[in-house]
Amino acid sequence: MVEPAAPTAGTDHRPLLALRGITKVFPGVRALDAVDFTLRAGEIHALLGQNGAGKSTLIKVLTGVYRRDAGDILLDGRPIHLRSPAHAQTLGISTVYQEVNLIPHVSVAENIFLGRQPTRYGRIAWGDIHRRATASLRRLELAIDVTQPLSSYPIATQQMVAIARALDVQAKLLILDEPTSSLDAAEVEQLFAVMRRLKADGLGVLFITHFLEQVYAISDRLTVLRNGRLVGEYETASLPRLELVAKMLGTDACSGRPPCRPAGGPSPPTADPEVGRYVAPRGGAPLLRATHLGRRGALNPLDLHIARGEIVGLAGLLGSGRTEAARLLFGVDRPSTGRIEIDGRLVALHSPRQAIARGLGFCPEDRQREGLIPRLSVRENIILALQARKGWIRLTPRAQQQLADHYIRSLNIATPGAEKPVEELSGGNQQKVILARWLASQPRLLILDEPTRGIDVGAKAEIETLVRELCQAGLAVLFISSELEEVTRNCDRALVLRDRTLIGELGGAQLDVPTIMRLIAARQEHA
Amino acid sequence: MPETVRHTGMRRSAALIWPALALLLLLTLNLLKLDHGRVALSLDFFRFTIVDGHLYGSLIDVLNRAAPALLTALGMTLVIATGGVDLSVGAVLAIAGALAAVLLTHTSAGVGAIVAVALGASLLAGLWNGVLVAALGVQPIVATLILMVAGRGVAQLLTDGQIITFERPAFGFIGGGYLLGLPFTVTIAAAMFLLTAVLTRLTALGLFIEAAGSNETASRYAGVQVGLVKLLAYGGCGLCAGVAGLIIASDIQAADANNAGLYFELDAILAVVIGGTALTGGRFSLVGTILGALLIQTLTTTILTRGVPVEYTLVVKALVVLVVCLLQSAALREMLLRGRRRA
Repeated sequence: MVEPAAPTAGTDHRPLLALRGITKVFPGVRALDAVDFTLRAGEIHALLGQNGAGKSTLIKVLTGVYRRDAGDILLDGRPIHLRSPAHAQTLGISTVYQEVNLIPHVSVAENIFLGRQPTRYGRIAWGDIHRRATASLRRLELAIDVTQPLSSYPIATQQMVAIARALDVQAKLLILDEPTSSLDAAEVEQLFAVMRRLKADGLGVLFITHFLEQVYAISDRLTVLRNGRLVGEYETASLPRLELVAKMLGTDACSGRPPCRPAGGPSPPTADPEVGRYVAPRGGAPLLRATHLGRRGALNPLDLHIARGEIVGLAGLLGSGRTEAARLLFGVDRPSTGRIEIDGRLVALHSPRQAIARGLGFCPEDRQREGLIPRLSVRENIILALQARKGWIRLTPRAQQQLADHYIRSLNIATPGAEKPVEELSGGNQQKVILARWLASQPRLLILDEPTRGIDVGAKAEIETLVRELCQAGLAVLFISSELEEVTRNCDRALVLRDRTLIGELGGAQLDVPTIMRLIAARQEHA
Repeated sequence: MPETVRHTGMRRSAALIWPALALLLLLTLNLLKLDHGRVALSLDFFRFTIVDGHLYGSLIDVLNRAAPALLTALGMTLVIATGGVDLSVGAVLAIAGALAAVLLTHTSAGVGAIVAVALGASLLAGLWNGVLVAALGVQPIVATLILMVAGRGVAQLLTDGQIITFERPAFGFIGGGYLLGLPFTVTIAAAMFLLTAVLTRLTALGLFIEAAGSNETASRYAGVQVGLVKLLAYGGCGLCAGVAGLIIASDIQAADANNAGLYFELDAILAVVIGGTALTGGRFSLVGTILGALLIQTLTTTILTRGVPVEYTLVVKALVVLVVCLLQSAALREMLLRGRRRA
């Protein structure tokens, strides 16, 4: 469903960079599938998409980290073949990554010139370095002492230094990979001022972010990717945010309930005061109740409760605070405010181990890093949480075998045997193994963070069915997903998050995709 | 036994083929002997003699001499499996020997108590490493490097920089005695191997170690007490080094704080790696480590009995280790196979 790009405004918009049919395949995954992309000189272009959409792969192809498997890259109309990030830089493609990857204890000036220090008679010309560093920072309207170590300045300034470093190499194209994720509102404004200035200088700026407010505040055009494919290229001003959200999530904005503006409608919808005030029917005390739970810089305080047998969804875009909430509940991160009660009693959840002891389980979003024990077998991965809960007395080989066989059969895990190293299984089966791990530990509340991401349709349906069955048996589930259909299909209630804040709770008849999308897309009142 | 369990057993023993093969090859080499420029068959290396009810022979010698390295390598296996490394085993070994020697010469304490104190000290040394790594998050190499340097200093302080000699038959039995015709060191090594095997394979400790070494974050998310597991591994490693220290001190009837266990950490790491436990952590094989330690000692003994100049020992050792490690590399084997197919 690739839509034609919006007509270009004039001839002065020559394409600075053009990607044609870029494809990148990893074992088992088509990370990019024939993606086209055009960026003009003197524009700020936002790149949008959920996790796994292909944004970072596209950036890596563009900066020479990955070699493309098919397609052409044209810079100023000439085809280029990028060999390495250094090569990309010499061609004028510079990148500033999300995490400032400079050297903290070295001076600002050295950070800007590291690896390409100007020399005089074979010696580093310090005077030159300091003069040029000061000048390049002044271009960004930043007057600081460049001889001081980088770490003595706030993150926002470090970000500017990273940009200065990127610009110093005669950049034509500047890629900013989520530069605002650790900045506060004033710092974001400062960054935007710099971006506008660079745009006026004729640079092409590629801006990756998941904050919709910022997309509309700064970008001229935007490109949306989903599942490795191009969804479309749009003029930002003429794309209503409801439609943008729909394109990112891959849902039809006008499906389901009627009140939906026709595509291309002028103003973004505002939140209906009646929407998001749903109060769940109370049936006894909740299993878990979190009051004013929050963590500075990660999640604004929110209230949340889950009863036995209930599936509560957490819906929102990437970076909206869904995973952060799960991590607070499971004891991975310490909350800075609020309290958690289980069965009406105040509990301290300072580690996953304590959370597990209280009957919680957590299937993390990042399966490879936080879920799988890659070198251990399917059997060992399944019994691990139960074994850890029981302590040092080993489960008998017979009991282990029975548990493994039971879950391989009941979750339909495709593996030649329980002793296969889990790293050799496919993504969907790995996910089922982690699910089996938690089911074997018999939790009372299971937190599922994107349980169906990156797995095939069949496995997806199986997992959803299983979750619903478990809830009928009394398990409480906190269900996190960026696929809104999944949330509405499976959940009794859903909490909607945006920009790290709980913005509404939906249940009953209100729980449908268009309503959630309108909540997410609604303009923030204070913005 | 269910088929799947047998499958794991096969996977694990398959990894042991290469060190076992290398050991076998080395032993076979000892069947040959250069006699006036001609190669001849000789069973000298495999000959046993019984004197006063004690077994003697090159093979017994290999077992006896391998015992200290084998013990340190056992402990090292656990530490490496957690994804760490312990460089301080040589120094801990020296502390145990020095402490025993000082107590033997300066007090009238019984041998049992002295052994207990020396082992207690080495356990504490290991736990110290464990606290640095597990609780304070210091890099294992750095954390244990501290004790590697400081520990030898402690041992030298204990002995005032002198080589302390002593004579106490009961203590001498540890490194020089015989039990049931075999050197007592062999019994100690076998007992420690069994103890380690039981503790890791019949409790959940082995699973937790392998899980923590394979993916620490995921293990913590599954409720594994990663810190405690590491602490136990480093503690056990210190204890094993202590036992080795007592054997060495007892064998030479002296404590030499400068040279006891010098470079032992490197042999121990080698034995573990040859035995098929990856330095990146995760799966470990105690039997593999035993094979590795025996391989290293057989090599040393072979070189010595062949009359090769001592200066060559280290170079030859390095070459054999290199070959065994290359053989274990699946990537290299595949490369060679592909090369042959193309040829």
